[in-house]
Amino acid sequence: MTDDMMPPEVLGSAELVGDGTATQFEVTKTKQPGEGKKQIRKEQLRVLYTSPGFIFGVIIVGFWVLAAVLPGLLTTVGEKEFVEVGPRVKPGSDAWLGTDKNGWDVYARIIYGARPILIVAPVATAMAVIVGTMLGLIMGYYRGWVDEVLSRVIEAILSIPIILMAILVVFTFGRSTPVIIGTIAVLFVPAITRTIRSAAISESDLDYVMSAKMRGESGLFIVSREILPNVIGLVVVELTVRLGYAVFTYATLAFLGFVGSNITDADWGIDVSQNYEQIVRDIWWPSIFPAIAIASMVIGVNLIADSIDKALKS
Amino acid sequence: MTTTEPQPTETEAEHPALAIDGLEMSYIVRGTPRAVLRGVSFEVRAGEAYGLVGESGCGKSTTAYAALRYLPGNGRIDAGRVESGGQELTAMSGRELREFRAQRASMVFQDPVQAVNPVLKIGKQVAEAFEVMGQSKSEAHASALAALKRVRIAAPESVMERYPHQLSGGMLQRVVIAMALACDPTLLVLDEPTTGLDATVEAEVLDLVRDLRSELNSAILLIAHNLGVIRTMCDRVGVMYAGRIVEEGTVDEVFDNPSHPYTKGLLNSIPRRGLRKTDRELFAIPGSAPPIGASLPTCTYIDRCPIATDICRTDVPPIVDRSDGHWTRCHHADRIGDVPEPQEVTVEYNVGNEQVIGVNGVSKTFRQRGHDVPALVSVDLGFAEGETLGLVGESGSGKSTLAKTMLGVHAADEGGSITLRGRKMAGKATARVEESVRAISMVFQNPDSALNRAWTVRRILHRSVVKLTGVRGAAADKRVEEIAEAMQLSPRHLDMRPRQLSGGLKQRVAIARAFAGDPEVVVCDEPTSALDVSVQAAILNLLAGLQNDERTSYLFISHDIGVVRYLADRIAVMYLGRIMEIGSTATMFNGTNHPYTEALLSAVPSVDGIAEDRIPLVGAIPSPANPPSGCVFHTRCHRAIEGLCEVTEPQMVELSAGHSIKCHLTVEQLSEPVHIDPAAVLAVAIDDPLA
Repeated sequence: MTDDMMPPEVLGSAELVGDGTATQFEVTKTKQPGEGKKQIRKEQLRVLYTSPGFIFGVIIVGFWVLAAVLPGLLTTVGEKEFVEVGPRVKPGSDAWLGTDKNGWDVYARIIYGARPILIVAPVATAMAVIVGTMLGLIMGYYRGWVDEVLSRVIEAILSIPIILMAILVVFTFGRSTPVIIGTIAVLFVPAITRTIRSAAISESDLDYVMSAKMRGESGLFIVSREILPNVIGLVVVELTVRLGYAVFTYATLAFLGFVGSNITDADWGIDVSQNYEQIVRDIWWPSIFPAIAIASMVIGVNLIADSIDKALKS
Repeated sequence: MTTTEPQPTETEAEHPALAIDGLEMSYIVRGTPRAVLRGVSFEVRAGEAYGLVGESGCGKSTTAYAALRYLPGNGRIDAGRVESGGQELTAMSGRELREFRAQRASMVFQDPVQAVNPVLKIGKQVAEAFEVMGQSKSEAHASALAALKRVRIAAPESVMERYPHQLSGGMLQRVVIAMALACDPTLLVLDEPTTGLDATVEAEVLDLVRDLRSELNSAILLIAHNLGVIRTMCDRVGVMYAGRIVEEGTVDEVFDNPSHPYTKGLLNSIPRRGLRKTDRELFAIPGSAPPIGASLPTCTYIDRCPIATDICRTDVPPIVDRSDGHWTRCHHADRIGDVPEPQEVTVEYNVGNEQVIGVNGVSKTFRQRGHDVPALVSVDLGFAEGETLGLVGESGSGKSTLAKTMLGVHAADEGGSITLRGRKMAGKATARVEESVRAISMVFQNPDSALNRAWTVRRILHRSVVKLTGVRGAAADKRVEEIAEAMQLSPRHLDMRPRQLSGGLKQRVAIARAFAGDPEVVVCDEPTSALDVSVQAAILNLLAGLQNDERTSYLFISHDIGVVRYLADRIAVMYLGRIMEIGSTATMFNGTNHPYTEALLSAVPSVDGIAEDRIPLVGAIPSPANPPSGCVFHTRCHRAIEGLCEVTEPQMVELSAGHSIKCHLTVEQLSEPVHIDPAAVLAVAIDDPLA
């Protein structure tokens, strides 16, 4: 059992995870005292900051965050302000991205529309990740009947189509923002739970957990202090990846009309649904531009998520 | 001093099977290229077996992969040439390279389980290797059958119909070798081919390779960290250190007459020629191997070399010829005698009389799919204060189950008892009183798995101190520092995380944790098998020293007979959950043993180059769920008496004071030498691998 038995592909990644698979590969690891954790972090950050995907993603997401926080900085026109040029004007010098059927400026609508999506998606994701991580750790560590029961519940949730779930929830609890956040969170919990559960299972098989059991530690201690710190990197990756999905899911629900009390409010999904019929009359800009905004947001978040994942593994 | 490389090959009519010349390689890790090979040059001539040895991280495997130009995504060749049969690999196109690998070269990896596809039948996989070479399906099938026969599988038809999981590790490695030989390669690269296998299976695979060499014209490049394997298998050996070959020559020359301080250090660090802890300490090479990418402008070994002088810092060491074909890369090759010999041991090892832990008639039966699987069958053992009991046996013989039962991971069956100073302990750790929990601790095989990598060393030790001794606050902090010091860990290590430490330091932390509760018995489950020999030496010295200071007893589980012989006062041999033989270390090596022990001892590849007749163990260890009748070992025993051994289970017989075996045979019968033709044994059918 020497260290240099690794398939060469994993050399680069031996650094980060140090889990069951990577740990034997002393070779490339930091045997030297000079290269400490800080040094590794620093180098990982450098890889992150210099990756084009990350820079691009940050620019896109940063722009939308700015729009959500201070829309007034990016546009002088209000979301429901009738501009002088009138309705259904093509994109041009009068209105950058044109105006819609109501005579509202599409660009201004998009800037103001960033806010709802940027409230719902991160909050829902955070909730789902917290709940999913807790469940996953418990299931992965205890296994047995706890795992069986929770697994069945999760499969039950997974078997309900998103739309059906949304219809049920909206008709039962209304369409307020907290309800939408809760719905998206519940939808996301199963996938996160599964990811964390499998990580927790492989952690539980490691000898440090057995060692903790042998000195008489409680299950709560082992799960929260021993195992959790070792899966936290995975939690971060889940957080960023799921955020992209949450943006997408929220936009879908908005398009289908399950979101918000007023269809005149600026919201990308709603704007697409209100204007897409006019594409057949060649008035494409009021729906295509919000759709591009949704896509850019999803892409931006995913670019960041991928870059973080890569940097952690570099 | 001369600067010529070992003789060029013009003298030979044909090109060497592999010629690596001035190879420099680096891996790109987090954006920076880091040098891993710093000018490796050697050649493997046709029909020759060449070994590469060295510590982890010195570039052995990288060299092996480079020999087939099989580089990981982040690896790149900076300089140098790799040639095979006169063709330059570094200049080949992707297509030529594929052809080269398909037709001319093969590689056997360490783990046969990962080298085969688990969902395809053996026959299909082996046949595939021939189909790649353009044979039709029926031709390939016939070729596969012949290939399996060639690796001495006696019932190839039935093996071809099996899936990988139905074969033992040794059998599987034979299948992998059969596939590697499909193209009748001119170059066969074996990367630690036996490292994951039991000593007995290792011997079986090595026998096979040695046997095949005579009928093949392949040159072999063998990578191994086990010096004994290299010694018994190879013609010539290259000793690698930090990406450079520092010494090269025939195995006899290099191992009997080492000329580089590093080679000498390696050889001194393993227990050879029956060395015991009472004779002398093992030599631990100070420090650790430089990381990849380290700046080493002159001699790579300089920081650990006991005879280095100023010139080593300023000038690149020359290649010094020692004798024909034996050279070393050292300024001070003539001063090799100045390398200090390991210290003689002055302390007395005293084993107390009082029994600390007693294992009395302990059995452990697992229930699996409705069947009873007896993993331990009435095991009796006792530990005196300060005593080391070595426990040996193949994988699956129940060694770890015994350890876990003692530690209370699972409770023993009703009937037996584990006693602490005469008082019976509860079965499960959770049910044990605090004193009993403290009394037994464990050092695991793999420190990477045993230490929480998210915690600092200080926290790991602190938690165990607090939890096991109840000491808190400043007193606990002080205790942590004391233990760390006793393990020769420096204070700055305390604030590091495990991954910042080398393998040896990690194992020290694990040992420190085991000693945190001031235990009576420490169970050491293969504590050095994941470590390099030089680090193993330091750990064994540490364990021996600690035992002397703390009067702790050890249950030392290991498959390395040399290590067990060095450290243990008594040795117990386990087979199928039963103790087959137990006795003092001296009596175990005086020639009269249980046949199983005899076979185990003969399987060890010796670094001293003394060839012994190997007694092979036939087939795989039987399943404990369905143990053989009578003596459980009779199915694989070379001395079994028909009509007796398969009927009656032998009782434990005392041969001499404290030396007992479970066997029907008399001392006279056991002392009779046996001669078994290894080739005949290799051809033995797999009796019942599905058992």
